[in-house]
Amino acid sequence: MADIAFLLLIFFLAATTMDSDTGLLRQLPEIPDPNVPQDVNQINDRNILEVKVNKDNLLLVEGELTEFSQLRDITSRFIINADNLPNMPEKEIVNLPYFGDVPVSKAVISLQNDIGTKYGVYIAVQNELIAARAKLRDDLAKQEFGIAYERLDEDRKGAVDDFYKVPISEAEPKRIGEK
Amino acid sequence: MARFVKTGKKSVKAISTSSLPDIVFMILFFFMAVTTMRETDIMVTVRIPDATEGKILEKKSLASFIYIGEPLEALQTLYGTEPKIQLNDTFKEIADIQDFIAQEREQLNEADKTKMLVVLKIDRDTRMGVVTDVKQALRRASALKIMYANTNVDQITLHY
Repeated sequence: MADIAFLLLIFFLAATTMDSDTGLLRQLPEIPDPNVPQDVNQINDRNILEVKVNKDNLLLVEGELTEFSQLRDITSRFIINADNLPNMPEKEIVNLPYFGDVPVSKAVISLQNDIGTKYGVYIAVQNELIAARAKLRDDLAKQEFGIAYERLDEDRKGAVDDFYKVPISEAEPKRIGEK
Repeated sequence: MARFVKTGKKSVKAISTSSLPDIVFMILFFFMAVTTMRETDIMVTVRIPDATEGKILEKKSLASFIYIGEPLEALQTLYGTEPKIQLNDTFKEIADIQDFIAQEREQLNEADKTKMLVVLKIDRDTRMGVVTDVKQALRRASALKIMYANTNVDQITLHY
């Protein structure tokens, strides 16, 4: 009996894996339908945070060379725009469940890369952007409901998501830096 | 005078092995429960990038995997060292992705088709050119939910 069980055990040890996969979840934009006229309402320039990783894996935020370690800070400051500066995103009063009428930042983050950018760096940058947004949501959840974002129910999560929507768009890359 | 007196036989009783099958079965069931079958042999070197915000892939049955990286050393004589795309068990081209997605989608239940997730396992030294081409192909195949596989770490160190 034990022999057979051992045999099966060894089979399962060899043929299976235990690792669980982790990753950054993203939603790709749909391919625009050429027959449908495009939305002419361009996003106001002040609402867009332009983040770019060039072919030498250098980080440019709004066209300026930036240290990787600063990106998270810059992003959250941009989204909040505490002093309502004119070159930072505008706010719109929106009625949200649980929050009532609140000013919501209209920030959008545009992430661009060159063809020669290394994937690892690109993911690291994207991770920082997602982390900055996640931090803001978490802080808001703690401040408003007293518990971490992860432990909120779906409705409350949705409300917090709407407060800091901040879409991160992955623009199509420029065709430079090809090997 | 001291004498060594042998007091009877001091034999150690053999441990009963009658419960051994139970124990082994217990371990066996543990492994059956927590592991999943290896489905593909990976033919490319994939060192997954680090990140801090990775979410755990909950439903593996809904996921299809795309691997991109340099072919393994043993295969480099045949396929060279340029990053290749591996779908299932073979190297494929960008143009094949659409078919691959259609095939994978066919295998899911009607209810799950919209929840399909494509997991991109890409080597961290790959150039974004290939990745972007794959992303565009996925958009064309309308497989829009994707996941960039990464290993979760506390602190990111960049590998330039």
